[in-house]
Amino acid sequence: MIIKTVISIIAYLILAPIVGGLLAGLDRKFSAKMQRRVGPPVLQPFYDVFKLFEKEDQTVTKVQDFYVLIFVVFVIVSGAIFFGGGDMLLVIFTLTLASAFLIIAAYSSNSPYAEIGAERELLQMMAYEPMVLMTVIGFYMCCGSFAVKDVLAGTSMPFLPMIGLFIGFLFILTIKFRKSPFDLSMSHHAHQELVKGLTTEFSGKTLGWIEVSHWYENVFLLGFVFLFFANGTVWGTVIGVVVALLTYFFEVVIDNSFARMKWQFAFKSAWIVALVFGVINIFVLYVII
Amino acid sequence: MGTILFLIFFPMIIALILLVAKADKLRDVIVKIAALAMAAVSIVVAVQYFKSGGDTFAVHVEAINYIMMVIEALLALYIIIVGIKHKKYLASLFAVIQTPLLMWFELSHGHHIEVGYNMYVDRLSVIMILIIGIVGGLITVYALGYMKDFQHHHAGESDRRPWFFFVMFLFLGAMVGLVTSNNMIWMYFFWEITSLSSFWLIGYTKTEEATNNAFRALIMNLGGGLGFAIGIVILGMVFGTLELSSMLQIGTVYGDLVAIPAAFFAFAGITKAAQMPFNSWLLGAMVAPTPTSALLHSSTMVKAGVFMIIKLAPVLGMSNFAGIMTMMVGGITFLMASFAAISQSNAKRVLAYSTIANLGLIVTCGGIGTPEAVWAGVMLIIFHAVTKSLLFLCVGTAEHNIGSRDIEDMDGLFVRMPRLAGFMMVGIAGMFLAPFGMLISKWAAMTAFVDSGNIILVGIICFGSAVTAFYWIKWMGKLSAIVAGEKNIEQNVHKEETFVHTTLVILTVVVCLIFPLISAFMLVPYLEGVFGGLTSVVLSSGNMIIMVIMVAVIVLLTGIFFGKSKKKIVPIYLAGANMGDNLTYQGSMGKEVRFSLRNWHMEHYFGEKKMNLIGGIASTVMLIMGIGIMVGTLVSLLGGVA
Repeated sequence: MIIKTVISIIAYLILAPIVGGLLAGLDRKFSAKMQRRVGPPVLQPFYDVFKLFEKEDQTVTKVQDFYVLIFVVFVIVSGAIFFGGGDMLLVIFTLTLASAFLIIAAYSSNSPYAEIGAERELLQMMAYEPMVLMTVIGFYMCCGSFAVKDVLAGTSMPFLPMIGLFIGFLFILTIKFRKSPFDLSMSHHAHQELVKGLTTEFSGKTLGWIEVSHWYENVFLLGFVFLFFANGTVWGTVIGVVVALLTYFFEVVIDNSFARMKWQFAFKSAWIVALVFGVINIFVLYVII
Repeated sequence: MGTILFLIFFPMIIALILLVAKADKLRDVIVKIAALAMAAVSIVVAVQYFKSGGDTFAVHVEAINYIMMVIEALLALYIIIVGIKHKKYLASLFAVIQTPLLMWFELSHGHHIEVGYNMYVDRLSVIMILIIGIVGGLITVYALGYMKDFQHHHAGESDRRPWFFFVMFLFLGAMVGLVTSNNMIWMYFFWEITSLSSFWLIGYTKTEEATNNAFRALIMNLGGGLGFAIGIVILGMVFGTLELSSMLQIGTVYGDLVAIPAAFFAFAGITKAAQMPFNSWLLGAMVAPTPTSALLHSSTMVKAGVFMIIKLAPVLGMSNFAGIMTMMVGGITFLMASFAAISQSNAKRVLAYSTIANLGLIVTCGGIGTPEAVWAGVMLIIFHAVTKSLLFLCVGTAEHNIGSRDIEDMDGLFVRMPRLAGFMMVGIAGMFLAPFGMLISKWAAMTAFVDSGNIILVGIICFGSAVTAFYWIKWMGKLSAIVAGEKNIEQNVHKEETFVHTTLVILTVVVCLIFPLISAFMLVPYLEGVFGGLTSVVLSSGNMIIMVIMVAVIVLLTGIFFGKSKKKIVPIYLAGANMGDNLTYQGSMGKEVRFSLRNWHMEHYFGEKKMNLIGGIASTVMLIMGIGIMVGTLVSLLGGVA
């Protein structure tokens, strides 16, 4: 059992950045096709990151790199807890810890662009957090445990009883993946009013590591999508993986079909979704289980 | 027994000495020795009762009851007189009702009721005693340096520090009495002393605002005291006992009936714990010198309120309206106070709302009344006491050195007062971030809420936690900003203040590291005693270990990497050309522009007034429903008997 856990954690540590990077590459290719462009090679995100690692070392404050270090370490740790079969609430709390430090890193530069990005990132956190917590609570009510390994060992697919939570989770994934219309704090699109926001003052290796951590983060967020379909059978696994991938490309489609919304909309809509889909689904779960 | 009596009477004697010792140096020595003695003896108490887990004491001395009654009568007289003098007739009215009510009850009925044990100590009291002795003691030491500055800032006014220290020590003694009284009349006696002590501390400066706020606190707490007195009368007349332990004992069989006095006691707890709609007294208390706030928020006063509710937990729960009332008032308060904290920029008000919110969570846990919920509640009490006192004392020092308690003025505190800013960040991290204290308990609380089956509470804690992270991180961000051109002004801080800050920082980290031990050796045995065991493990040992490792990793990484970057420092990006100082840029038309950065307060969404209004109405409805149903049950019960 322990060996299995260790193997899955190591596999995650090695494979997640590769899968995450490839997804990012496919994302750009796919987006390019939608815009009738050729687009960069699929491996472009890797080239970009390698290039960042070769840049000259420079920073705006002496403390920034420390905060980013904590961010990177704990994003990876939260994923490791997830793929190690650990407690989902612990995963979410660790991820919150990591995000908090990224935001503080941005604040520490005392740069206007970074700070606006940081504040928007905070707002986004506040917007998606209730839905994330309720999703995890839904799994607990459905499967009787907060541990990923127990959800995986369950024999019934949580998807149907948790369909409202699934829809809500998809909604806030747009925020978590930093896709339009909710790419408020930082964006991959150059046409927004605030482009790099949060990451304005990061450069070189530091920025490279942030990019890699986002790959890690994206992979285990898709892991949550997978969990909705896990029922211990091969079919459950296949459906889970397929839906997780479809979800990612669904978010890419959304990204390309919406303009950025104002923060007010992001905040209100995320909370309304959490209230409607989250709370009602939890109530239903309480009644049927 | 001797050690407990020492902890009650020793602070009171010290208080009297401090009242007459007017010289600064003498006071410094006395307070430091007294604080050390209290901390030492509270640890002795913990060791003494570690194995047995507690004891009960008969203390049958008839004279004590009469002495208490005389003191209560004198205090009531005092309240009536000051109430009339300051035209706060409501305070006088409460005093006129409750003290004679209780005296009549005691003389006519109380005397015939046999009291087995007047005092007790169990693991929960030990935890409370440790908090009062150690954290409370540290705050008094901090107050030495702080009050010197305070007096300096208020030069020309009469030096009333002897009075200030008198009340502080009186307060601590009364708190120990409160958490070790089994006889509800004794507990009520100490309860009233703490109400009066906070009245004196809040009104210390004697300004009009301070006096008004002190009276507001007094009136609300006397209202709670009235609830307490009615609870005692019902307990004595209907159930024929005055003991907390026998009340809980009866509750195991007649839960629905014991819920009636429990609702009144819970009401008293709710007022003291500054729950909505009574939260305004704790916010008003902010006018007092900072050590007062630290004392009220961390180790005394509000903790007496939640202590009461945690004690009552076994007779509360989803099965009766006393429980539902308590948990809903707590939940509503947690949510609304967390919302309101976002709109605040005054550091002390943010801290106050956060206290109210956390107390709300504890009250909710007590209201749910399952062993798991109580586990979370007690853990919250411990972590909150340490962390919140640290934060208040940091803000107090910052205020005296930068001349403001506004978070927006704490821009770049990391450059101006690096050590203090670091301490504050530890405190803030301790309030909401994994793997630090409060989060552990919030986690357990979340599980307990889900298990309780109260869906409204599940929603409340999900939204409440999200909001909590928002207001803390934006404060941390402000502190962390490296603002160019600021000077280090840290050398002006009193050494007592730094000593207390450092001790509390160490305590914060140590409590995070040893919380599994606190749980295993103090809390779980306590819960087994009260509830006959936990139905499930609150946090699995695996998760606890991961949390402890995470704390260690963060501490290590900070030690190794913090501020060690050897990279080339470059100017920040400002869209217009940075003028080289990182503060001004060349705007259009060649004009130099200086920028300033401000946080979001989202007044439109989370305005304080609106939140207090909604929370106040919702919680009042719950209170009226809860108390109303209990009174109705009582009347039908008595009618049935007659």
